[in-house]
Amino acid sequence: MIQYIHNKRQPIINGIESGVELMGLRTFKGGVHPYDGKELSKDKPIRELIPQGDMVFPLSQHIGAPATSCVSVGDSVLRGQKIADAGGFVSAPIYSSVSGTVKAIEPRRVATGDMVNSIIIENDGKFIETGFERCDDYTSLSNDEIIKKIQNAGIVGMGGAGFPTHVKLSPNNPEKIEFIIANCAECEPYLTSDYRSMVEEPEKLITGMKIILQLFPKAKGLLGIEDNKKDVIDAMQKLVANEPRIEVVPLLTKYPQGGERQLIKACTDREINSKMLPADAGCIVDNVATINAIYTAIVEGKPVMDRIFTLTGDAIKDPCNYRICIGTNCNEILEQAGGFAKDPVKIISGGPMMGFSVMDTDLPTTKTSGALLCLTIDEVSKYETTACINCGRCVEACPENLIPSRLSKFSDHGEKDEFEKWYGLECIECGSCSFACPARKPLAQAIKTMKKQILADKRKK
Amino acid sequence: MSNLLKVSSSPHVKASEDTSRIMLYVIIALLPTTFFGIYNFGSRALLLVAVCIITCVLSEFLFEKAVGKKNTIKDLSAVVTGLLLALNLPHTLPVWQAVLGSVFAIVVVKMLFGGLGQNFMNPALGGRVFLLISFAATMTHFEYDGVASATPLAMVKADASVNTLDMLIGRTGGTIGETSALCILIGAIILILLGVIDLTIPGTYILSFSIFILLFSGRGFDIDNLVAHLCGGGLMLGAFFMATDYVTSPITPLGKVIYGICLGVLTGIFRVFGNSAEGVSYAIIFSNLLVPLIEKVTVPRAFGVVKAKKPKEVKANE
Repeated sequence: MIQYIHNKRQPIINGIESGVELMGLRTFKGGVHPYDGKELSKDKPIRELIPQGDMVFPLSQHIGAPATSCVSVGDSVLRGQKIADAGGFVSAPIYSSVSGTVKAIEPRRVATGDMVNSIIIENDGKFIETGFERCDDYTSLSNDEIIKKIQNAGIVGMGGAGFPTHVKLSPNNPEKIEFIIANCAECEPYLTSDYRSMVEEPEKLITGMKIILQLFPKAKGLLGIEDNKKDVIDAMQKLVANEPRIEVVPLLTKYPQGGERQLIKACTDREINSKMLPADAGCIVDNVATINAIYTAIVEGKPVMDRIFTLTGDAIKDPCNYRICIGTNCNEILEQAGGFAKDPVKIISGGPMMGFSVMDTDLPTTKTSGALLCLTIDEVSKYETTACINCGRCVEACPENLIPSRLSKFSDHGEKDEFEKWYGLECIECGSCSFACPARKPLAQAIKTMKKQILADKRKK
Repeated sequence: MSNLLKVSSSPHVKASEDTSRIMLYVIIALLPTTFFGIYNFGSRALLLVAVCIITCVLSEFLFEKAVGKKNTIKDLSAVVTGLLLALNLPHTLPVWQAVLGSVFAIVVVKMLFGGLGQNFMNPALGGRVFLLISFAATMTHFEYDGVASATPLAMVKADASVNTLDMLIGRTGGTIGETSALCILIGAIILILLGVIDLTIPGTYILSFSIFILLFSGRGFDIDNLVAHLCGGGLMLGAFFMATDYVTSPITPLGKVIYGICLGVLTGIFRVFGNSAEGVSYAIIFSNLLVPLIEKVTVPRAFGVVKAKKPKEVKANE
């Protein structure tokens, strides 16, 4: 099968790799090279997708307190109208992406499998907007004004984590921030939404970056881009030629290059652990979609209502990138995209390395949904798990310098102390160990389970 | 969409390489020295290779059948054990002894401890040492060109002169697979290129052993003597194919280095100060036993974790 050709390990290269640079490209130690599948959708321009059906807005689509609904059933809403207030400082408001009537407020299933209280809006198909206030001269805004606007726009980490961006941009010591890193790695296989937006609207990213840099006068902006996007590297380099504070950092294509700690290591050679924030290393990391949302919020005055979404996989008739209204049902996206070419066996919300496999496609899209990946083969159930032979491929693959095979054993045996002693809590759950394991053991799953238990224990204390 | 979807924890993709593929790579890498052994020692060598492989696979199959475990012979690990054991036997060994050694390697050393991945010592070496202790005479009787002869390593120990070029190519007496350093090195390169092993263990093993020989063999800085030691006996085969056995070597990067040094020093002690000329098998088996301890003290520090972090935290609180 073609898709396995790229799976080969690169033993010699891994041996020489110093951990920071290889052949002029910055990187980190460890990682894997899964089949990237990006050719399915990378050359498909972003299409607008106009939703017709009901929209679902889960009140918890970010890290932190859930938002609290500020509309009631029967209210009519406009596109761009706030429908839920932030539930605290670490939280974010939610805006309607369509005009229509609030139909219900009830629990709905989301991609992670949880039932989350959601606002359901009957879409009238007219897309009547509330007014948006443009602001082309963002340099006249004060730092507080910018942060306030970002907070009010409901911007969260749109790469998948969903951490409220205004919190990230308000570190304890703003003068100690030396680097603003734009995460343009898009290291997850199959995903091309960040790539397409960098190809089609690069000025949004650059302007967004300049807005963030305005908040941190001593900081330098770095665009970390994997070298499988050479065209973007070249284009961005031209665009920042006259921007003394922004620099393009070409990165080696390797998963998980876009992991926050790995990206900081590659771009600045600084290391942080699970107990630190990027700000402790003088860095703030934001993903492409998030920086674009900052541009949209500040310059166009629009809150988070849309995002770029990749519908891809070998089961999809016409893999493509879409600009979707957040809240659109995945079924509707599938329908408008022409549906399946073959019966899918596994459907993943997000990328194949860290995404969530879903039970069905009756799911709302949220601020953090970047892709729906539909595959005709499930490699996890295809292979049988065999005995660990201690080969050490998981150790080589682990970007956190852990011993996954041992951690997974501690997890199976419930040995919490040993698990912590072997640095199990440092795991970033990237899945590289499970990917590399020739015994096909679900190492990452075991480690994640144990991590969750230990962290829950700690919270109880 | 009539079918139900599959749901599992991420990641949802897997590398293509599995255990049997790795074992196949090892078998391929052992072929040069196997063929040379058969060419060197004749059909008797071929017979022993076949007997050992068949016995090993059969013992695993029958054992699993008897205790009601899942059949695992498809992972090819028993083939590797059989082949390695055969390569560690003199071609003159009676067949029944080879069968006994194979059964011991699989049933006692491997299966009784829980099968693949659970054995604490290398099964092939366990089998060899079992035979060495039980049948010392036939296990140390070497013939070359039909004439009983001492191995070059025994000659080195007795301060007799040896032809190092013959040793490099393998035109000497010894076990079936150990004589040709050249063929073993070809196999080693295959293993390294296929990503099955890296140079950490063999490198530190050979380096520390060389230093030990130069310091303690009493011959001073004698390159000929060193080359004879490196090419003689089971050192090359042991360093690249048995010391690197995943199951019985440390998984931690620093542990691999310590393990390699242990091997080098122990082999040196056994060869220079011991009674017998050979020491590789015992050195590897002994080091195998040290692996859990080595791993315990060499847990690598996780990415971004710094040791002296206490003072910093105090400052941040001020």
